[in-house]
Amino acid sequence: MRPVVALLLFASLALAACQREERDTRPQSALGSGEQPTPVTTLEPGGQRPAPTDNKAASFEANAFHLSEGKRLFGWFNCSGCHANGGGGMGPALMDEKWIYGSSMESIHATIRDGRPNGMPSFRDKIPDDQIWELAAFVRSLSGNAPSSAAPSRNDDMMAHPSENRMPDAATLGKSP
Amino acid sequence: MKQATQTAVFCGDPARTDLPAASRKYLGVLTAMLLTCVPLLTAASEAPPAPAISPPAAAAPPDDGQWTMPAKNYASTRYSELAEINEGNVKNLQVAFTFSTGVNKGQEAAPLVVGNTMYIVTPFPNIVYALDLSKPGAPMKWKYEPNPEPAAQGVACCDVVNRGAAFADGRIFFNTLDGHTIALDANSGRPIWNAHIGNINIGETITMAPLVVKGKVLVGNSGGEMGVRGWVKALDAGDGHIVWTAYNTGPDKDVLIGPDFKPHYEMDKGKDLGVTTWPPEAWKIGGGNMWGWISYDPDLNLIFHGTGNPGPWNPDLRPGDNKWTSGIFARDPDTGAAKWFYQWSPHDLHDYDGINEQVLLDMNWHGKPRKVLVRPERNGYLYVLDRATGEVLSAKPYGPVNSSKGVDLKTGRLVENPDKLTGTGKVVRDICPTASGLKDWQPSAFSPKTGLLYIPHNNLCMDEEGVEVNYIAGTPYVGMNVRMIPGPGGNRGAFTAWDIAAEKPAWSLKENFPVWSGAVVTAGDVVFYGTMEGWFKAVSAKTGDLLWQFKTSSGIIGQPITYRGPDGHQYVAILSGVGGWAGAIVSGDLDPRDATAALGFVNAMKDLKNATTAGGTLYVFRLP
Repeated sequence: MRPVVALLLFASLALAACQREERDTRPQSALGSGEQPTPVTTLEPGGQRPAPTDNKAASFEANAFHLSEGKRLFGWFNCSGCHANGGGGMGPALMDEKWIYGSSMESIHATIRDGRPNGMPSFRDKIPDDQIWELAAFVRSLSGNAPSSAAPSRNDDMMAHPSENRMPDAATLGKSP
Repeated sequence: MKQATQTAVFCGDPARTDLPAASRKYLGVLTAMLLTCVPLLTAASEAPPAPAISPPAAAAPPDDGQWTMPAKNYASTRYSELAEINEGNVKNLQVAFTFSTGVNKGQEAAPLVVGNTMYIVTPFPNIVYALDLSKPGAPMKWKYEPNPEPAAQGVACCDVVNRGAAFADGRIFFNTLDGHTIALDANSGRPIWNAHIGNINIGETITMAPLVVKGKVLVGNSGGEMGVRGWVKALDAGDGHIVWTAYNTGPDKDVLIGPDFKPHYEMDKGKDLGVTTWPPEAWKIGGGNMWGWISYDPDLNLIFHGTGNPGPWNPDLRPGDNKWTSGIFARDPDTGAAKWFYQWSPHDLHDYDGINEQVLLDMNWHGKPRKVLVRPERNGYLYVLDRATGEVLSAKPYGPVNSSKGVDLKTGRLVENPDKLTGTGKVVRDICPTASGLKDWQPSAFSPKTGLLYIPHNNLCMDEEGVEVNYIAGTPYVGMNVRMIPGPGGNRGAFTAWDIAAEKPAWSLKENFPVWSGAVVTAGDVVFYGTMEGWFKAVSAKTGDLLWQFKTSSGIIGQPITYRGPDGHQYVAILSGVGGWAGAIVSGDLDPRDATAALGFVNAMKDLKNATTAGGTLYVFRLP
């Protein structure tokens, strides 16, 4: 019996030494893990697919409180330092009909959170997520993409441009000269 | 267009029409000159006597036909002794060749010409091209791409410009937007050293042209709108290591203020004023950047450089004089040690950066020979300083100014207009000049033949409203809503010839847009400058009469130069390509419906998109 025991012992040791590389043959999610990236292009091989939507987008977009908070934060986080009051400066204009990285709430949220390579800084971990959604909603209102019943009305101080609730939709009427 | 005609003090020119009535102080001298001149005039002699005002010979050596630094020489005269192109034949100028820089952003750089090669540095991504002037069409000899970080574009306050390179000892030195100074072998374009001295994550960029003095490359940082603490560094031209760093705010040891520091005025005397004239710690984020021009006097062994605006713009957030911002330093180039300082705008209220060019001249001032420094300053005054001591000899407005009521020559202090004080929560209207100044960075030129300083400048006013602002490193720190409007008369720009001795303009030309280009003047009595519509103009140095103009592909905000080509003939070169702060509406595609866009400049430039488009092309002209 002793040689058999020895053989078994040897075999178990030998097998234990061969650890097989772990391979996940069935990825859990078709979109990968973690935060879902928002595409910045409409060109997608195989045809355009619906962009992932975020439940928060709709709840922030037409909400007067969130829009007015977004306007306040736009100054507080120095967005206005680069984008002025929507006309742009160091950064591009936000009140025109041109969008480099997409015009959706999700795209603007991703732009603020993750930054963009040509100069837009990433505010990840600097601005709470809900406040980023508020900023995104306000940014859309600058180009007339917010209901006039919810968008901020005129300022108490220097008027840089007509108030957000009177801004025409940049994509149709309010084209930049 | 011409407002007044008056020629300056010099003789032997048959085209001269009248003598200056203003130089009463020199009446005796003038009479003597007149007497000696009359026989010369009748004999139609061309030999002028020694000019009454001239740059020091050591800072402005005889012209060799090259153009090795943007300011032409250490005295920053931007004057060429070449005279093949003159008032009579300049109308025949034609294009010799053109070259596309491949970058459609504001082209503020001066081309350089060394031997048979022309060197150009572009706006971001800061490509350097060498063109072979000895071959037809000036083909490219080499190019160098430094590949600066694209993110740097997001912290450049006013377009992604670069104001040029400098040549010395077989090397081309230039700066990149993301904070590198690079030395290239001028023959091959091979990089020799690369010094990373600026940090974009605190908002630091570099846009200025370096100056090479005594084997050191002098460089300063930009970022006055980002709460960046200003500095000037001297890098060893051999290997790029930092020889000295002088900060423009903070304790004396950081500013390199020591026992040699002897400012002329009481307001600049005291210990650690760079700390005590600020709220606690505010100097650490207080601006005072050095993104403009440096001049050098080899005789006095002094460099002269200005300091930028304090940050933030809202003055309520930084009570005190905010030393050493919006002023000028004289320093020892070997050690950086400060010799004197003068503050143009103590506790600046309107973003009056003090970084403009300083032209070094020797002249008789009220009968005494003085070594002076002439500075058309952003706050609207044309200063004449004694460059050995920092004493202000004269400060006269060279355009509309209401933000201040003059300069007290006893105390040296700018007298602010109490009606134009800005602050949090109030809108102050019709402040002249604007944040961009009566003149911004665009350098002027001086001709010893006419004694006139040729100043390209703005004519704008503004409304300002101070607002609260948070300091977040790497983001803007301004705290001011600004909207600009055209100045008195409606012309947004002007090109003024200033009679330095008489302390008044000789003539001034109106331009529709701000004149954001530099100027160059030649011994042929021709002055060249460009307009933001794209016209490249030649005017008479004596009268301002338009002699020739050529419409380039885009607005001009660059620095013209003139040189002697390998064929022995005179050429004139300019980069065309609109942008900069004034042209950001076009180069950055900004929206003019927002009056505060581009820190308020867009409001005054609403129609620029109809007048020009972005571009980036070198034009070189010659006589047929």
